[in-house]
Amino acid sequence: MATDGTHNDSHPHIVNYGTYVLIWLALLALTAATVAVAGINFGGVTLWLAILIASAKATLVLNVFMHIKFDDVVFKVFIAIAIMTLLAVFIFTFADYIFR
Amino acid sequence: MADHVIHGNYVDFYDEKGPRKGILAWILSTDHKRIGLMYLIALTTFFCIGATIGVLMRLEMLGQGRTIMGPQTYNSLFTLHGLIMIFLFVIPGIPAVFGNFFLPIMLGAKDVAFPRLNLLSWWLYITGGIFAVLSLFLAGGPIDTGWTFYVPYSLRTGTDVSWMILAAFILGFSSILTGLNFITTIHRMRAPGMGWFKMPLFAWSIYATAWIQLIATPIVGITLALVAIERIFGVGLFDPTLGGDPILYQHMFWIYSHPAVYIMILPAMGVVSEIIPTFAHRTIFGYKAIAISSLAIAFVGYFVWGHHMFVSGMSDTSRWIFSLFTFLVAIPSAVKVFNWTATLYKGSIDLKAPLLFVLAFIFVFSIGGLSGLVVGALATDVHLTDTYFVVAHFHFVVFGGTGFIFFAALHYWFPKMFGKLYNDNVAKVAISMITLGFLMLYFTFFILGYQGMPRRYYDYLPQYHWEHVFATVGSWVMISGFIVMFVNLFIAFRKGPRAGMNPWGGMTLEWTVPSPPPMENFEEIPVITHGPYDYHAQQEAEQKQEEFNQSAEDEK
Repeated sequence: MATDGTHNDSHPHIVNYGTYVLIWLALLALTAATVAVAGINFGGVTLWLAILIASAKATLVLNVFMHIKFDDVVFKVFIAIAIMTLLAVFIFTFADYIFR
Repeated sequence: MADHVIHGNYVDFYDEKGPRKGILAWILSTDHKRIGLMYLIALTTFFCIGATIGVLMRLEMLGQGRTIMGPQTYNSLFTLHGLIMIFLFVIPGIPAVFGNFFLPIMLGAKDVAFPRLNLLSWWLYITGGIFAVLSLFLAGGPIDTGWTFYVPYSLRTGTDVSWMILAAFILGFSSILTGLNFITTIHRMRAPGMGWFKMPLFAWSIYATAWIQLIATPIVGITLALVAIERIFGVGLFDPTLGGDPILYQHMFWIYSHPAVYIMILPAMGVVSEIIPTFAHRTIFGYKAIAISSLAIAFVGYFVWGHHMFVSGMSDTSRWIFSLFTFLVAIPSAVKVFNWTATLYKGSIDLKAPLLFVLAFIFVFSIGGLSGLVVGALATDVHLTDTYFVVAHFHFVVFGGTGFIFFAALHYWFPKMFGKLYNDNVAKVAISMITLGFLMLYFTFFILGYQGMPRRYYDYLPQYHWEHVFATVGSWVMISGFIVMFVNLFIAFRKGPRAGMNPWGGMTLEWTVPSPPPMENFEEIPVITHGPYDYHAQQEAEQKQEEFNQSAEDEK
């Protein structure tokens, strides 16, 4: 634990430009997939496919661009808590609509 | 403070010479203590405005029909009273003032983790406050929706809702950034040796609160932004005439605004956990239970928002789920109350003003909490929704809880913040008047509500007359108590005797630094070897010292 107010990163890491470009291309491809899925009639599955693709994109951004992959486990726990809380909020809100 | 000069061999933070002078040395300062004091001035000002509006509302209710104002003015006043008290006083409340001033000191740190961000939070708060005040003078007049901005009325009223929403939106950012700052401070800035379970309980409560600020506040920001968008563009999200769902708005509003009640009350509970051991001179009973119950309240409290909507047309299944969670949140709250009273048991109690405030708090908060179960139960809630009973419950919890403890904290830490002592007897008289007036005012509301008096009406039926008169007289007693309290503190601030380092015999780190503290709090960062309320260790050390002195004298 730092005591002087400064946070010296205990996990130094360098991500090369090649990786960033690859992730960027992957994000572009997934965006194209979102557009493509929206154009095909998958019925009720369309929404879930869109959410799945969006989640994959968010995971890439969080892990690589925001460096969470290289950081302490505590930050991963924090993000998990925030996402799970949001998920629970969605479930409780939409449960009202389902049972109404 | 003008008369603060160099005391002994240190310079207190008031007199520390910085690069700026005059008011700029304050409003551009990144020192957590100065920021805390700036919040104190702003919050106290808004509290006085909110309280004045409250007294005016009570004056209107003194007699039947129009007494001093018409219905539209009354609608605007109860909206402003709620908005000012909630968004500008109780939500920032204890964390912004006492969290800023004392959290770093209690952790053994020189400042918060992000001092500049801290100053930005204060500026955002002030900007939000200015927007809120400005909205009163714009075309359309002061808003009349109630502090909850319920749709569809907030979409249709001619008053200026969008400005007030913008104000609340900006205030939300201030809250989020403060929460972020405190979480990082607690994780990164604790003194060496201060493990999680050696932290003061105030820090634990601020930690739980900061998480709610961080996770819940963005939701109200988005919700209010959607109302503004709906008003301007007529999108049809919430307006039933455009295919929208007003109950969705209520869900989204309360997803934040119920946890916001815990943003208000958790820090107050933390202050109580500081004051009781200090004035009982006893180690707190059940430290871990109190610490973990803060997190449990924060967690369970996140999932009870639906109890505000039992009669709104929500599904039956949701109703009983939210009712169940509401009852569950009473458990960690009760854990705290039992631990506080157990700490007092067999303690060496010194009934000074801060403890008297805390005892009044335990009394009124218990009534407030238990009345919450009455409205948390589905069957009774149908009868009591939108009556004075709910107003009474809310004021017992938020005013009797957060409000009382805000002023308890001010009395507890006043000597440390200003280096002066106040008159304890006058403070006790003030507290007694406040509590008596409070009970006359709000306990009467319970009876009125139970008898069917609806909230937010500027008029009433003849059978409620004498209760309303009694409640209004109570508001005068309470306000008189506050005037006595503020005058007493102001006299102490100007002419009070100088306070020592530790006037109450407290054990946490703020009592180990001079009053008022120096600029960077500590000459050397302390090393923590025992828990925050270890009176046993202190007594043993004192006993050993006495034995040592005795044996040294005997040898002579």
